[in-house]
Amino acid sequence: MSKSGVKEARYKLVLGYGTCGIAAGAAAVKEALEAGAGSYDVDLDIAGCMGFCYREPIVEVIDRQTGCSVTYGDLDAKKVSRLLEEHVGKGAVIEDWVVRKSDDAACGEGDFLANQHRIVLRHCGLLNPESIEEYIEQGGYEAARKALTTMSPEEVIEEVGKSGIRGRGGAGFPTGTKWGFARRAAGDVKYLICNADEGDPGAFMDRSVLEGDPHAVIEGMIIAGYAIGARQGYIYCRAEYPLALKRLDIAIAACRERGFLGRGIFGTDWDFDITIKKGAGAFVCGEETALIASIEGKRGMPRPRPPFPANQGLWGKPTNINNVETLAAIPWIIEHGGEEYAKLGTEKSKGTKVFCLAGKVRRSGLAEVPMGYTLRQVIFDVGGGVREGKRFKAVQMGGPSGGCLPAELLDTPVDYEAITATGAIMGSGGMIVADDSTCMVDLARYFLSFTQEESCGKCVPCRIGTKRMLEILTRICEGKGEPEDIERLQVLATDIKAASLCALGGTAPNPVLTTLRYFRNEYEDHILNHRCTAGVCPALITLSIDPETCTGCGACVKVCPVEAISGEKKQPHSIDADKCIRCKLCMSRCPSSSIAAS
Amino acid sequence: MAEECACRQRFAPVDDLAPLEEILNRYRGERGAVIPMLQDAQEAYGYLDERIMREMARRAGYQLSQLYGVATFYTQFRLQPIGEYLIKVCHGTACHVAGAPLITEEVCNQLGIKEGQTTPDGKFTLESVMCVGACSLSPIMIVGEDTYGKLKPTSIRKILKGYYGEQEKGAEAEDE
Repeated sequence: MSKSGVKEARYKLVLGYGTCGIAAGAAAVKEALEAGAGSYDVDLDIAGCMGFCYREPIVEVIDRQTGCSVTYGDLDAKKVSRLLEEHVGKGAVIEDWVVRKSDDAACGEGDFLANQHRIVLRHCGLLNPESIEEYIEQGGYEAARKALTTMSPEEVIEEVGKSGIRGRGGAGFPTGTKWGFARRAAGDVKYLICNADEGDPGAFMDRSVLEGDPHAVIEGMIIAGYAIGARQGYIYCRAEYPLALKRLDIAIAACRERGFLGRGIFGTDWDFDITIKKGAGAFVCGEETALIASIEGKRGMPRPRPPFPANQGLWGKPTNINNVETLAAIPWIIEHGGEEYAKLGTEKSKGTKVFCLAGKVRRSGLAEVPMGYTLRQVIFDVGGGVREGKRFKAVQMGGPSGGCLPAELLDTPVDYEAITATGAIMGSGGMIVADDSTCMVDLARYFLSFTQEESCGKCVPCRIGTKRMLEILTRICEGKGEPEDIERLQVLATDIKAASLCALGGTAPNPVLTTLRYFRNEYEDHILNHRCTAGVCPALITLSIDPETCTGCGACVKVCPVEAISGEKKQPHSIDADKCIRCKLCMSRCPSSSIAAS
Repeated sequence: MAEECACRQRFAPVDDLAPLEEILNRYRGERGAVIPMLQDAQEAYGYLDERIMREMARRAGYQLSQLYGVATFYTQFRLQPIGEYLIKVCHGTACHVAGAPLITEEVCNQLGIKEGQTTPDGKFTLESVMCVGACSLSPIMIVGEDTYGKLKPTSIRKILKGYYGEQEKGAEAEDE
């Protein structure tokens, strides 16, 4: 959409155009901008997600004369004409809509970015992901050129080893060591796979990187392929990420045109190309051996290891699998040196980690912080803490394989070993914040129902064990729990962890174990007192109307599907507990927030 | 911007084998092409009809059980036709804690169907999906090509009503 080739306009408007932006209405904003921009001195461009997901749709207005930029949030089509008229036309900043200004980091939501350290996300939201030129202007593909033309594969591996980077997909295996295994594996034909099967609910950093900076991932793959000796790379990406797939397609085609992919890349005699494989929706395919089975066109079921994929992977050949975030950091490491990367972080966890802040946090979005930051810094300094009037209760890390940590553990540093010691895992980077309206038993049940559904069914502990655990959790949530159930859960969890074939089963009990450890009182409350203090579990709550604040407007009466609410007009209403099905429709409709669940 | 509405695209009828022919040619001789073949077939026909799978197995040299095994393993594949609009209610973690179960319940109430079912008039099919990766807008529902975020149960009725009568509704969120 930019008017390339003509004289540069004074202003450049960059619209956040990732999935989150589009879901929030960026398409309508784009249309309005295109329709209205004609009469102004302005170029239009798009970019991926900047990370301010909570303020989408977002437009950054860059003044090329002064070099200053102002980012506006919560836009819609109607606001576009005022933005063009006042800011672009008259140079007047519309203060009320400002998210961030380049010359004043402290204004607006500036501290959201100020508390971050962006390596993986260095281009996200700043470059047009569909333009290889913009990536090259920022020094893109220089790291790949440097690796291929001035370094031996062993030197590349050594550099990555020095950086101390560990697999960002969750397991945290040192990347340099992993590459070394694949390099040394016997065989001429080797494969490199980029794992973009981001399956954890609540994690979207891979999507954001693929949508916002696909070239960084491709450049990382070129370097990795060269280092391990793989001439063919695969990107295994979820089919649920159509925009990421589209941008990868565009990026790969542009690379082939420029000789960055294909035969004799970067003028050397090294060949490397990439094929995209669309996943078909199976959480277990995040597991290496299941992912390989899926690329081979089979049911995505894991197999016992050894042999490890580094020796016998795709089509029986040595295969190296890395996560999107790991690969996106590689060009930076080659460009700046492993030692520079290792300056960030803790003794055993180096560099930065991207987290997806979501749930009951004020600023949900992408946060990239150096390892060693505490959870408190991530959630409160970057994320702005929990939403209005609520109290922080827990943070869930690592999705269905992870755990829930209470407020007392907020000073735990972001470090593989420190997080594992709490019973949670670093995981891929999902961070869901829960407040006092979140029921921890329900949350554990939610994760178990997810893993139970996604269990591939191959091994018994996972297939049947998770089913039994889910049954117990369901009956606890329904108020039918027995005092022995806590013990039963613990025994089952221990067995499933010990006996499952792959990491899906091996980590599935974590959400239950951590909630049992830190929120045992909630389980006991459900079982012994038939009470859900968070007001979530339908069987254990009653809805009631506060007669002091009820205005008798009757809105609740209209929405109640079972006619459980009655009362005189303009008089306090009441709910018939026997009829009430606790659907909470009335709660979401009440204008005076007079209805409470207890 | 799209002039034609993508969500109302017609799928090929299952007795028309021309699209299948094209798919078989596209992947001829490719190793491990079962999943992309099934994906393309579903895109062409809207779902994986038994006739299509039988024909694919015969022509591409697979056992029907192989294709059926793959089609039932991955959540993307459907063996039943869907309604005109597919409603996907996100049940990712962020959406769950923000009340996604209440959203699904209200859609069921309004349409008189259960999860996985299609309304008798063929208008809507209701599905639950795992995280669509737009957690900051939770809870989220996707109807056809339109995404609705920060939902409340009380907003469902009006949204669904918008799909009756107003034929061109889906065009606005479409970008191509």
